[in-house]
Amino acid sequence: MKQNDIFFHGRGETLYADDLGGFAGLLHAAVLPSPVARGRLLRLDVSAALRLPGVAAVLTAADIPGENQIGGILPDEPLLADGELHFAGQPVALAVAATPRQARQALAAVRLEVEELPPLLDARQAAAQGSLIAPPRTFALGDVEASWPLCAHVVSGRVETGGQEHLYLETQAAVAVPGEKDTLRVISATQSPSGVQRIIARVLGVPMSQVAVEVYRLGGAFGGKEDQATAWAALAALAARALRRPVKLALERREDMRLTGKRHPYSSDFRLGLDAEGRILAYEVTFFQNAGAAADLSTAILERTLFHAGNSYRIPNVRATGYSCRTNLPPFTAFRGFGAPQAMFVLEAALFQAAEKMGLEPGELQRRNLLHEGDELPYGQKLANSRAARCFDQAVSAFDLEAARERVRAYNAANALSKKGLALLPVCFGISFTSTHLNQAGALVHVYTDGSVSVSTGAVEMGQGVNGKILLAAARTLGIASRRLRIESTCTRRVANTSPTAASTGADLNGRAAELACREIRSRLLQVAAARLGAPAGELEIRSDAVLRAGQKTGLGWEELVQAAYLARVSLSAQAHYATPGIHFDRASEKGEPFAYHVFGTALVEATIDGLRGVADVDSVRAVHDAGASLSPLVDRGQAEGGIVQGIGWVTLEELIYSGQGRLLTDTLSTYKVPDIRTAPATIEVRFLKDAPNPAALLGSKAVGEPPFMYGIGAYFALLAALRAFRPEKPLPFSAPLTNEKILAWLAE
Amino acid sequence: MAAGIAFLLNGRETRTSLPPGTALVDFLRDEQRLTGTRVGCREGDCGACTVLLGRLQDGRVRYRAVASCLFPLGDVAGGHVVTIEGLNNDGLTPVQQAFVSEGASQCGFCTPGLVVSLTGFLLEDAALEPDDAVSAVEGNICRCTGYAAIRRAIERLLREVRPAILAGAGPEARLAALAFLGVVPAFFTGIAERLGTLSAGAPPPAPKRESAGAVVVAGGTDLYVQRGPELAERELRLLSQRDGFAGIWPAPDRLFIGAAATVADLMESPLVAAAFPPLPGFLRLVSSTQVRNRATVGGNIVNASPIGDLSVILLALDASIGLRRGARSRELKLREFFLGYKKLNLKPGEVVAWLGVPVARQGVRLHFEKVARRRRQDIASVNAAIGL
Repeated sequence: MKQNDIFFHGRGETLYADDLGGFAGLLHAAVLPSPVARGRLLRLDVSAALRLPGVAAVLTAADIPGENQIGGILPDEPLLADGELHFAGQPVALAVAATPRQARQALAAVRLEVEELPPLLDARQAAAQGSLIAPPRTFALGDVEASWPLCAHVVSGRVETGGQEHLYLETQAAVAVPGEKDTLRVISATQSPSGVQRIIARVLGVPMSQVAVEVYRLGGAFGGKEDQATAWAALAALAARALRRPVKLALERREDMRLTGKRHPYSSDFRLGLDAEGRILAYEVTFFQNAGAAADLSTAILERTLFHAGNSYRIPNVRATGYSCRTNLPPFTAFRGFGAPQAMFVLEAALFQAAEKMGLEPGELQRRNLLHEGDELPYGQKLANSRAARCFDQAVSAFDLEAARERVRAYNAANALSKKGLALLPVCFGISFTSTHLNQAGALVHVYTDGSVSVSTGAVEMGQGVNGKILLAAARTLGIASRRLRIESTCTRRVANTSPTAASTGADLNGRAAELACREIRSRLLQVAAARLGAPAGELEIRSDAVLRAGQKTGLGWEELVQAAYLARVSLSAQAHYATPGIHFDRASEKGEPFAYHVFGTALVEATIDGLRGVADVDSVRAVHDAGASLSPLVDRGQAEGGIVQGIGWVTLEELIYSGQGRLLTDTLSTYKVPDIRTAPATIEVRFLKDAPNPAALLGSKAVGEPPFMYGIGAYFALLAALRAFRPEKPLPFSAPLTNEKILAWLAE
Repeated sequence: MAAGIAFLLNGRETRTSLPPGTALVDFLRDEQRLTGTRVGCREGDCGACTVLLGRLQDGRVRYRAVASCLFPLGDVAGGHVVTIEGLNNDGLTPVQQAFVSEGASQCGFCTPGLVVSLTGFLLEDAALEPDDAVSAVEGNICRCTGYAAIRRAIERLLREVRPAILAGAGPEARLAALAFLGVVPAFFTGIAERLGTLSAGAPPPAPKRESAGAVVVAGGTDLYVQRGPELAERELRLLSQRDGFAGIWPAPDRLFIGAAATVADLMESPLVAAAFPPLPGFLRLVSSTQVRNRATVGGNIVNASPIGDLSVILLALDASIGLRRGARSRELKLREFFLGYKKLNLKPGEVVAWLGVPVARQGVRLHFEKVARRRRQDIASVNAAIGL
């Protein structure tokens, strides 16, 4: 119990970056953001700020000893503004003082003169002006043009999906602590310790070996700390280096909301053609991704949009094109689903319209087009171990779709002012980083002479339960009780060159690496046991803290075995590296096998609209989800439920509103609404697909972090079905989020 | 007797000389290193900083969940502040155990706030109905779980502890049951006595002469959102514990509501329920438990904002308002008190003392509508009240 994070969570004893103490002489930093979305920095005078009590320094771009550049994929993002201002909230200066309050008071005393220029905020406008992060990309299969004449039904249109604030409850934070010989230890709330380490080394102009980055845990991240934790850690490091004192930088909520990037808004055009039986023949789609002012991870996110343009459907002729558009909003970034939700939303909107046109239930159209074993995906991979139809059919029967439809029909017939709707949402999501090189991980395992075990990997715990899964894999491999193991913090000094904990791959990659390291130690220990027991190592195993021979107890226990190995001068430590086998992708041809496997599932969503008040409720979400042979049903269920509610929030509730000048207006929890316990559906039921081990990942399991988010998209279409019940003829909105205001306006107009 | 603010913090008598306007959460985290109380938003909208504040009331300690980010340190004087650390025992309390058993915590940041809110519910709620337990955590935002596991934890918790808690009669038996179950540590049973000793030993200092520039703070639930950091450096005039502002009292033709009466006071008042039966139900639409426990009627009125739910309701009930400056007082219709958005018929130095709501002999019919993005815990997009 006590090795479990949740035990300490309940007692309030887990420590987040801002909770850590013990830094003698700690100073606090605060960031001066650009007040304009686009402009030129005319004058930056910090002299008055420096005279204020408690202020130690106010740092600007001129104080950066190395490169003023934090771009991860493309070098297009300065740490501190230098001349040009690209978005409202762009860091311009850093005040360092004895207290957070004094640091923020210092910011108010900085004299900043800017020339404001008209900002570019719209993705399509940016594309029209050629303001792109990278050249557009197209994924294609078959021949779309040749297919249109063969289609019995063609629908086309435009679809908008809004951005989404991560709203991790722990805001961005980092503490940088100078050590001897110009070393620096940085505690960062990041999903990407090695990324932070690399950028700090670049900014300070020092070798990476001089910078250690350590992560204890995150109070939520959801992608928002994959690339966007870096700036704050680098600023803290810059100040600690300059002042030779520990420096903490923790954003306040409003700062965090204004300064950091969010899920990308997309505007998309589609054309979908089907034959008379409702089978998709052709799909053409163009995505305009609003990337904001710098690349961040936008190109990788757009790539995943293209990978998932077809969602869970077999489409023989596809052309999907994506533009990553540079605008003057804070750089948009990773968020659970990583571009896939935006893609799936468009195709679901197209199918909904096609179903209306054909007079079919959307669910029927979805069913007829599900992927099957061996189908070729637009990126060239042939689908293996498809469970799309299995999940869909089980959802239909387990949740009694027919009864649900009848319930909705009866309700709508009986109620004039209130209507219900339902929707199905099948999901197929590829697992692996689509940048193939990131699919590697390391682990370092020490067995101490008392038999206790320390496991370090590159995985960052952020609530997704990765540490528990690694613990389980390590304990099973060593054959000992999990109470003997400890999962350590994530530190670049123990495990180097880590990939971000992202793309749902944390447990897959790091769990495998830990498993390999434990196997190595196990094999050495069994040699020791063999010598001691005079038995061939092949006949021995360790189970329940004891050495067994052909299943029988030998009297040799774990602790004694470890002691014996130590005295025999056998290493009790092992390092291991894991790289996902068999995956590759060629960006010239846009073909390959980028994914180790796919995750499948289908959700049934029911919703009600109060037509008088324009108030919507998502009543229930029920899903059949493919978790493989789940390592922890409790954790995986929690991931699915949490993802579902975030997805519902994205399409119904959460709305980013910017002024015409590109300033975020919804920058507090009172103006940007996330689901509370009453908004979340009272009924969420997740059933795991039975007897479905996954040959391609850790102990038969499957990644679980991202795919369930997309079940939430079903809420949008359940609400559309309810709206349709009010007004049979009126064109429906395809612009997420579908907020209560929009519903009321649609009903009233 | 040393100067400063004296109170019980968890199991310990505590005294601080920090400025009374310091936000309680900063005292807890920075001075006391009680980091289980977390800062998520500093506007009372996330619940991560929830603590319990116990006060002696009719010989027993009455606990309420409050947002410590919006709570002036000066107002804890003579009370019992309970943080998550003050609930911990050697293992897990039944509330914590329910969260562990159901996997109702992921990143863990919001978990202490939820545990504290639910413990407050178990301490005070009369019937312990599951839906009311859900209401008790409406102010606690969790971004990880989607709340499903939290609902399961609540159901499990009530299944396990409800019968034993409700078995005894009277507040003392209930507290004993809660201590026996481990919901609260055993020392809770001695808090009433210790608070009594505390207030006897250190009578609240007589209000010194306040300067004209002192900031009037009633509940502080909006003031701390707007001006939090500044308030630690200002002289405050704290009204919530001051005589003459609290309470709800009847008159022949109307009901008086003290300006420092909280929304929770209105919801729990038998007088309010008798005069305006639907009102307590409507008030559930106002903010969250943590804020309702602290937000005052007077504060909602002087905020002079059309989104103030109470203002709209009281206007529909044709309330009058009593204003006081020193020994002077005057009364006017609430509709004459509002001059416009954020504009009031309030003279310098004047404070709101009470609201008087007419009570018709044949009863008053009241309806309130609030449409917002969320059903609860939200600011009205539209609010309307009709009184007949």
